[in-house]
Amino acid sequence: MSATSATAHAHVEHHELGFLRTYVFSTDHKMIGRQFLFLGLLMMILGGALALVVRWQLAWPETPVPGLGLILRETGGILEPSTYNMAFTMHATIMIFFVVMPILAGGFGNFLIPLMIGARDMAFPFLNMLSFWVAVVAGILMLAGFFVEGGHAAAGWTSYAPLAAVPEYTGVNWGQNLWCISLFILGVSSMMGSINYITTIINMRAPGMKLFRMPLVIWSLFITAVLLLLALPVLTSGVAMLLFDRWLGTSWFRPSGGGEPLLWQHLFWYFGHPEVYILILPAMGIGSEILPVFARKPIFGYHAMAFSMIAIAFLSWIVYGHHMFVSGMNPALGMAFTVTTMIIAVPSAIKTFNWLGTLWGGRIRLTVPMLNALAFVSMFVIGGLSGIFMASTPVDIYIQDTYYIVAHIHYVVFGGSIFGAFAGIYYWFPKMFGRMTSPVLGQLHFWPTFFFFNLTFFPMHILGVGGHMRRIYNPMQYEFLQPLQWWNVLITIGAIGLGIAQIPFVINFFWSLFAGRKAPVNPWNATTLEWTAPSPPPHLNWGPTLPTVYRGPYEYSAPESTDDFLPQTTPPVARAGARRH
Amino acid sequence: MTTALVEPPGVPRPVRGLHIPPPPRDGGDDDEDRGPAPQRPILDNVRLAMIFLISGEIMFFGGLISAFLVLRVSAAAWPPPLQPRLPIAVTGLNTLVLLASSGTMLAAGRALRRGDRAALVRRLLATAALGAVFLLVQGYEWTRLVSFGLTLSSGVYGATFYTLIGAHAAHVVGALVWLAAVLALAARGRFVDGAAGPLRACAMYWHFVVALWPILYVAVYLA
Repeated sequence: MSATSATAHAHVEHHELGFLRTYVFSTDHKMIGRQFLFLGLLMMILGGALALVVRWQLAWPETPVPGLGLILRETGGILEPSTYNMAFTMHATIMIFFVVMPILAGGFGNFLIPLMIGARDMAFPFLNMLSFWVAVVAGILMLAGFFVEGGHAAAGWTSYAPLAAVPEYTGVNWGQNLWCISLFILGVSSMMGSINYITTIINMRAPGMKLFRMPLVIWSLFITAVLLLLALPVLTSGVAMLLFDRWLGTSWFRPSGGGEPLLWQHLFWYFGHPEVYILILPAMGIGSEILPVFARKPIFGYHAMAFSMIAIAFLSWIVYGHHMFVSGMNPALGMAFTVTTMIIAVPSAIKTFNWLGTLWGGRIRLTVPMLNALAFVSMFVIGGLSGIFMASTPVDIYIQDTYYIVAHIHYVVFGGSIFGAFAGIYYWFPKMFGRMTSPVLGQLHFWPTFFFFNLTFFPMHILGVGGHMRRIYNPMQYEFLQPLQWWNVLITIGAIGLGIAQIPFVINFFWSLFAGRKAPVNPWNATTLEWTAPSPPPHLNWGPTLPTVYRGPYEYSAPESTDDFLPQTTPPVARAGARRH
Repeated sequence: MTTALVEPPGVPRPVRGLHIPPPPRDGGDDDEDRGPAPQRPILDNVRLAMIFLISGEIMFFGGLISAFLVLRVSAAAWPPPLQPRLPIAVTGLNTLVLLASSGTMLAAGRALRRGDRAALVRRLLATAALGAVFLLVQGYEWTRLVSFGLTLSSGVYGATFYTLIGAHAAHVVGALVWLAAVLALAARGRFVDGAAGPLRACAMYWHFVVALWPILYVAVYLA
């Protein structure tokens, strides 16, 4: 229905919309994608600042944090245990739910899906707009938690019960309530978004865009949407129960009324593990898009890439118990979870080797998006390998709840998702905003980020094996950690450097937005459909006719081409001619 | 790595951007395997989206019901001693009322296909009325249970009962509001002329909410 009305629209052409309808309450998927991107980047400033506060406390415990004296007047900028708990809880909550998910799933999902499958817009443009504004409401409620009495949620981003289920335990009342309400609302937003993505990808592809001609980033976003659709409602039901426990005196997770605290962990991780793949799959897709373009080679093993993502998504449902090895679990069940978790290494390795196979023998151009994509692949390998240690119960018992897991999660979510996001931003910036970014500033952003990222997170492995517990307020209180304290100082210096390294990105982003070189239609000589639309694409993306797709998305260095690449819209040479597969 | 170009003689080289032939009928396939082009979707957007919405909702209730079952199974005695018993018979009758509303909704669908506007409005009205009766009976039973001392905070029995049944009731209220909006449009003559997407979506949601109830009834009241 919407499809036909959108096509009918195309002939009407350019009826001017007001400022409000163009930039604020827009139903255009491209504007909604940009809005999600800005939401995520804005929240990243806050999430990063919270991380630096946490790092300062760990390196130089109970000394005034520079600049924080303005906010924490009573203590003169010294972090109290309660504030410290709040800082690390909100760092993770904001980074996961309001940075990585909005940028990767919200931003790139909205911007790329219609453009890359050859649709004029999403299946339900109004629902799409609603999903953004509902996410904004969730974000405002989450931010409001910082200003209520008792401070924001402080029970970790996992909000384990009964710590989070009884206000008296943490002394946080409305902060945790708002945390629950905000995530509940975000669940509604995610549901609207994911339904839209799935419907659009299934029903609105351009002529000739068969499922196995879709670019891999669309595959990844499709699978992410399915995971979002099926995983987030479980969290939504969980936070509803948690909120009722806190607010209405129910006893889902409170032993005093007959409830079961461990139940929360099951509900949380049943959502939580698919969530990890929600965070990484779009980055995998972005990497799979960028590597072939700058290696000028077809992706190695297209079908294997798509099927391994499906396999990862499927397996993500049956591994969640590996987060709970020491929570109390039947050893036989622990064994089963170990095995299923190890199996995930197989599709992940298929993807990694295929990326390497794509690079092998390619004419590699080290542009800024390519550098970030290469960082994504290499850092994801480290993060993936450290995951195998944790998957194995006997090892996990010793390294769980230490800095080893902190190192692992950051290698996957920063090294994987954030480098993937940076790669995507640099790669699609010309299409999103119609201007090129500065490669000099891009290099100035990438190299320090890569260096300080490793300086920050690699030593955490060492700290973790040394027994440094995660989420402790003051490591100097433990005699066995005192000889390791210089690592903490080094990590914090790395983290501060990582923060400073983002300044060139901000400058580059805003400078390019207004003064960058005008982008041509296809600056990277890429084959996928979005590069056939103008930069930036107009409302409804293409002129009167939609592109027709004749071939797969990665035909680089194609022998039958006059250039070295064949866009998906290039008709075949000869129907009876030689076959390529 | 350069490969010499081998082309069958007599085939002109394509020049990009100059002349694009019209899309071939098989969807522009250059492989031998000719799948149909994805042009005629099996299900329209609205129905497809409703299926995904309902699967998300199933996961939501799956979370609630499985949490309930964990607590139910691990409890020493269920229902716990000194707690009021749930009204099985009245709710059983109420279940039939709700199931009947699904029947009237199906009948409304038949009226829609015949293009019979009066029957459509009548049957949608009957559906909404049955849904409202269900809610009223539920609400009455709730007030009685509260007066007997079963509340949200009276232990895990009351907590699970009110959360699960309340979540369903909230969905019935939502479906009823949706149905009221659709009913207002149908009364003004919409839908019978073809574009019945909103009505179909509402009907699917209604059937979901109805189908969910017997599961909850068995799990919470009978088991």
